[in-house]
Amino acid sequence: MMATSYSAKDEDGHITVSGPGAGTLRSKKPENTAFKQQRLPAWQPILTAGTVLPAFFIIGLIFIPIGIGLYVTSNNIKEFEIDYTGVDMSSPCFNCSQNYSWNSTRPCTCTIPFYLETPYESNVFMYYGLSNFYQNHRRYVKSRDDSQLNGDVGSLQKPSKECEPYAYHENRPVAPCGAIANSMFNDTLELFYNNPNGTKLQIPLTSTGIAWWTDKHVKFRNPGNDPNLTAAFQGTTKPVNWRRPVYELDSDPENNGFINEDFIVWMRTAALPTFRKLYRIIQKKNSMVPTLPRGNYTLEVVYNYPVRRFEGRKRVILSTISWMGGKNPFLGIAYMTVGSVCFLLGVVLLIIHHKYGNRNNSADISN
Amino acid sequence: MGMDFSTLRTLISRYCAGEENWVDSRTVYIGHKEPPPGTEAFIQQRFPDNRIVSSKYTFWNFIPKNMFEQFRRVANFYFLIIFLVQLIIDTPTSPVTSGLPLFFVITVTAIKQGYEDWLRHKADNAVNKCPVHVVQHGKVIRKQSRKLRVGDVVFVKEDETFPCDLILLSSSRDDGTCYVTTASLDGESSHKTYYAVQDTKAYRTEKEVDSIHATIECEQPQPDLYKFVGRINIYMDSDPVARPLGSENLLLRGATLKNTEYIYAVAIYTGMETKMALNYQSKCQKRSAVEKSMNAYLVVYLCILISKAIINTALKYMWQADPNRDEPWYNQRTESERQRHIVIRAFTDFLAFMVLFNYIIPVSMYVTVEMQKFLGSYFIVWDDEMLDEELGERAVVNTSDLNEELGQVEYVFTDKTGTLTENNMEFIECCVDGHVYVPNIICNGQVMTGAGGMDMIDSSPGPDAREREELFFRALCLCHTVQVKEEETVDGIKQGIHQGKSTSFYISSSPDEVALVEGMKGLGFTYLRLKDSHMEILNREDEVERFELLEVLTFDSVRRRMSVIVRDSRGERYLFCKGADSAIFPRVISGKVEQVRARVEHNAVEGLRTLCVAYRPLSPEQYQEVCHQLSGAKLALQDRDKRLAEAYDQIEKDLILLGATAVEDRLQEKAADTIESLHKAGIKVWVLTGDKMETAAATCYASKLFHRNTQILELTTKRTEEQSLHDVLFDLSRTVLRQHGTMTRDNFSSLSGDCTDFGLIIDGATLSAVMRPDQEDSNSGNYKEIFLEICRNCSAVLCCRMAPLQKAQIVKLIKASKEHPITLAIGDGANDVSMILEAHVGIGIMGKEGRQAVRNSDYAIPKFKHLKKMLLVHGHYYYIRISELVQYFFYKNVCFIFPQFLYQFFCGFSQQPLYDTAYLTLYNISFTSLPILLYSLIEQHINMDILKKDPTLYRDIAKNSLLQWSTFIYWTVLGVYDAIVMFFGAYFLFDNTTFTSNGQMFGNWTFGTLVFTVLVFTVTLKLALDTHYWTWINHFVIWGSLIFFVVFSLLWGGIIWPFLNYQRMYYVFMQMLSSGPAWLSIILLITASLLPDVVKKVIWRALWPTTTERIQTKRRCLASEPSTIFMLSQTSSRISF
Repeated sequence: MMATSYSAKDEDGHITVSGPGAGTLRSKKPENTAFKQQRLPAWQPILTAGTVLPAFFIIGLIFIPIGIGLYVTSNNIKEFEIDYTGVDMSSPCFNCSQNYSWNSTRPCTCTIPFYLETPYESNVFMYYGLSNFYQNHRRYVKSRDDSQLNGDVGSLQKPSKECEPYAYHENRPVAPCGAIANSMFNDTLELFYNNPNGTKLQIPLTSTGIAWWTDKHVKFRNPGNDPNLTAAFQGTTKPVNWRRPVYELDSDPENNGFINEDFIVWMRTAALPTFRKLYRIIQKKNSMVPTLPRGNYTLEVVYNYPVRRFEGRKRVILSTISWMGGKNPFLGIAYMTVGSVCFLLGVVLLIIHHKYGNRNNSADISN
Repeated sequence: MGMDFSTLRTLISRYCAGEENWVDSRTVYIGHKEPPPGTEAFIQQRFPDNRIVSSKYTFWNFIPKNMFEQFRRVANFYFLIIFLVQLIIDTPTSPVTSGLPLFFVITVTAIKQGYEDWLRHKADNAVNKCPVHVVQHGKVIRKQSRKLRVGDVVFVKEDETFPCDLILLSSSRDDGTCYVTTASLDGESSHKTYYAVQDTKAYRTEKEVDSIHATIECEQPQPDLYKFVGRINIYMDSDPVARPLGSENLLLRGATLKNTEYIYAVAIYTGMETKMALNYQSKCQKRSAVEKSMNAYLVVYLCILISKAIINTALKYMWQADPNRDEPWYNQRTESERQRHIVIRAFTDFLAFMVLFNYIIPVSMYVTVEMQKFLGSYFIVWDDEMLDEELGERAVVNTSDLNEELGQVEYVFTDKTGTLTENNMEFIECCVDGHVYVPNIICNGQVMTGAGGMDMIDSSPGPDAREREELFFRALCLCHTVQVKEEETVDGIKQGIHQGKSTSFYISSSPDEVALVEGMKGLGFTYLRLKDSHMEILNREDEVERFELLEVLTFDSVRRRMSVIVRDSRGERYLFCKGADSAIFPRVISGKVEQVRARVEHNAVEGLRTLCVAYRPLSPEQYQEVCHQLSGAKLALQDRDKRLAEAYDQIEKDLILLGATAVEDRLQEKAADTIESLHKAGIKVWVLTGDKMETAAATCYASKLFHRNTQILELTTKRTEEQSLHDVLFDLSRTVLRQHGTMTRDNFSSLSGDCTDFGLIIDGATLSAVMRPDQEDSNSGNYKEIFLEICRNCSAVLCCRMAPLQKAQIVKLIKASKEHPITLAIGDGANDVSMILEAHVGIGIMGKEGRQAVRNSDYAIPKFKHLKKMLLVHGHYYYIRISELVQYFFYKNVCFIFPQFLYQFFCGFSQQPLYDTAYLTLYNISFTSLPILLYSLIEQHINMDILKKDPTLYRDIAKNSLLQWSTFIYWTVLGVYDAIVMFFGAYFLFDNTTFTSNGQMFGNWTFGTLVFTVLVFTVTLKLALDTHYWTWINHFVIWGSLIFFVVFSLLWGGIIWPFLNYQRMYYVFMQMLSSGPAWLSIILLITASLLPDVVKKVIWRALWPTTTERIQTKRRCLASEPSTIFMLSQTSSRISF
């Protein structure tokens, strides 16, 4: 403030000088632009009933067909869901669900028969679903070490603090560390088609292509360049709840270790406590035969994963997929609703526009 | 803050300087010479050196002090706390999210303040190191300015600036005077005369000066530039002589020596104690109404924030009561977490929720508001319509904090002279004993000889009258403080014009005086110069008459008159006095009072400024008496002003009336139009003037403040003399209220309601009676109320005969009335400063009475007419811009944070953030910041020309209408609605279903990204829907920031970022875009979010339109007709939304 006052002002010219005060100072006039004068050319739209009307009708006319389309598509998607938690005594998995020891050597298996009423024509996607499982809990979400999973050798031996209390076990670093990896879903699901002639036909399940391509090829990498994973994971220990170390997840070297797709799928934490994750894909082989024909099926579950303690549920979902994903009537209904509301509002506005719009304008002009 | 500190510093420095021997006055030893023993025992005081310190910081204390000052702001402190909480406890979001914006804000501010301080340091250094000449041991030596000490004798040459406050000892001029311009102090570039101490003016060489043996006693420094009392004791022959010192002896630091070869002077106030330094303490900060609303909203949001956190914490612990939920087998705590006490855990959780939701109060809002105000104020400066071609001056913005307040003004208090009027005085006529003289040619530099130069309206006077007439002319030529400026001192341009003529210019701080002296020139008497205490006049016969100027009793606004005492060549002494009629008539004992009074009143009604002239011959005895009284008063150290006033009162009496003058002060261009517009805009205009009632009333009629059908209510001394104040007040209020009653009764015929409006005239004396807190009268408090009640019902009020302080009092009274209206004061002179400082918004006019008003104002404009655009256009725009800015900021953060709140219900109240850290950080900083900033800079809901043409639009935004609680609640509800649509829309889409056509699943980050994408688009498009003025910049910024969001998201997810310890966003955005339903749901959710606001707007516009909306619609209708003027640039406006 004071600094400016030191530059002594010389302001002759506008004092009470009698005599023609000539000499206007034009030097102070800066360049005059439309911006500085706030007179830039501009489009000046105003939302009135008249202008908004067409927009509402157009939105209505576009949204309602989209909504119907989506709804129909969603209804055409076939989805079959089996809850195999085994809560009821009658349920085949009831016995297995009572036994929740992680380290029991003898796997508990249960068999669930089911009947598909309609044939599934295209590729069928097999999901497992969990309920009341908080994969989005903060403590859980952050309990991972992305650099370890990206193949960083340093992090492999020294997992991040975020992984606590699943970072070290018996003084050896856990690979993969963290609560997410530790609680990886480990039920084995197998699907059999009961041929009408009595034979039981195992349906081949593809276990690749279930994780994001970028996750499998970039984000997740095995440590080191050693093709021998056992050596690469030297010095680490398996997560407590796991039965096998990470390098024995699959026999296929392209699907083993950190780049095992089941593992990658599990590591993408779900947004909500009820979620499903892609388990296997049943590829369509022959264009003539449906992927899953109508008939009786058997689901064989190796029941390992305990959910009863937190009142969770386990499901298996078989679903076909359209261009808009799985079965979800909500989107279609929402589109139809918004579309109709827009249309209705359009009508209301039309009435208002006719009743009041003219009145206002004429009243103003007469003023 | 700055103020607190600097005052504190002054206090401390003062305290240290004085320490225990703090006294009211100081003693200065000239040349550091001890007074001879035997004189009073002075206590030697310690004075600061002449170092000017305007800088706030030093190199060492910059960081701590600046940090301290910045974190004293509540907002900054709040963010600091959040940041610290994030650092200390394990919080959902990384400290970066709040640390980075905070760091940015703090750094930018620190850099700005540091740079400013560096400039101040540089300026300080330049000033402190500049050389000054000091007399030491009979020699002039050079010294650095900062080493100057109190008591040093300083030698100053022409055109040099005084290094500190000095008492003039002697000058190169024989009469011991020097000329000074104070342009850099108060902007008045007229030359003022200062006088040396009479007893020392003869000491004109350094040797002689060095031999002066004297001490100066004077008061401790005080900031009033025009007040100084002191005494000099000179020990000549060991016989001390005491002489008074006044402000006419005091040369102020910052002023420049002119027209004088050199001076010797002694330093009395140095460094930070100079009057200039004391004056630059920053004035108190004004806060706008919008800022107050903003703070209220902040409190609401803070409450929301805290209650959200409390609710969530409570719910969390209820939910966690089941240990399988608290710690399911898949998600165990660490051992140390388990050990923690439940209370600590709960408190940590509470803090973590606070951190998670803290974005609801955004850092960036403060930055944006500051930027908006700072950048926005440039539009005022740039405005060509507020450029005065003649002066070459543009509007000046001294503070940008009050931009929006310009759109909220309810009362305008305006000065008359120089504000409503030109302050370009023209001598119209004079009247001597009832004979009227009108100079028919007013010509500069042309001396009119003989009576031919004037028209005599009345019959030609006799010889006796002729003598009185000449005495009158001489009186006017002598009784003034006009200086003559020789041509060679004028700058080049003017010299060129008057080449060859020996023209001189009259310069005075009062334009009236110049006009009078000019007028006298037209009537044959030319004032030539003041030389050696003699005033020289060229009379009609081209003879030079010399009068010795004995005393000048200077003008002041309380006395409202001035006098001179002169001795003519025959040795007779006269006192000439001129002043306002009310100041002169009571003191007149003879003369043709009635005729003059009639003429004065006639002239006043015409709107002319009148002055009366009287004289009093002084016998030698009387003169002795006068001298005695004056010197007694002048020597006083205490209450000198009071004693001087008493002395003046004693001297200026028993006058003989000579006549009166009339000077015209023309109305400023478009003043009437401006006042009319302000009235239409619902602004009450009050004229506060020191002028007499009739003149002021005439100006008010001329400027359309009062109309022909305005019923004038008078509350003047004249009336209160007849009736008691009590009765008058009640009378008036009854009149006003009766009218009010009838108006409400038949307000069906609303148009006829304004057929009679009231105008109130009140004068200073009555006003002070109304305001006086009277102990005896129990209902004295009522007077104020009644007065306010009357004022409230008057469309225009004229306050005349006002002292400067009364102007401020009036403003304060209105400010404090129960509606708390926003006031604006506008004026051009030093007498308006107090009201300019008092009002919510102070506007200075770059007038002719110096620059004090401009300096103290918040805004300065060249002419009164610019006020119209300032308020109706700029003020209106700023207000709607900033109100949208504030509301929108809260809205967008509700939209931002509320989904996060909802998400807690689905993630076990675990404080899991919905959005990625980058999104949390950048949402307010970059994705949504620029569009609103730009909107708040260039939005124009209505065309500028319409705003100017239709002032009633201003009423639409009166009383802070766009920031009412209802509006605020609407925005908040809208935000909550949008948040719910976004969150639950995404929730139902994600709920247990596949989202892609390859069957793969999305995770929580995709969920958050989907919500966030909808959020950014919704919030930006909402602003787009509110934008009424789409320039290419708007298109660029709005679409640009959306594109930036998309590009950023692609980039952020496109790379494994090596420096991050998580890669959660890797390819999330791209995967989302590759999914059809995601696109469909984004479009759907955006539409659904925007729908209610659009519908609300449209329906409200159709059913209950405001004036603004009517005009907008009307413009559209008219725009489609090619012949209308509104076709200007909106050809595209017919394109529908």
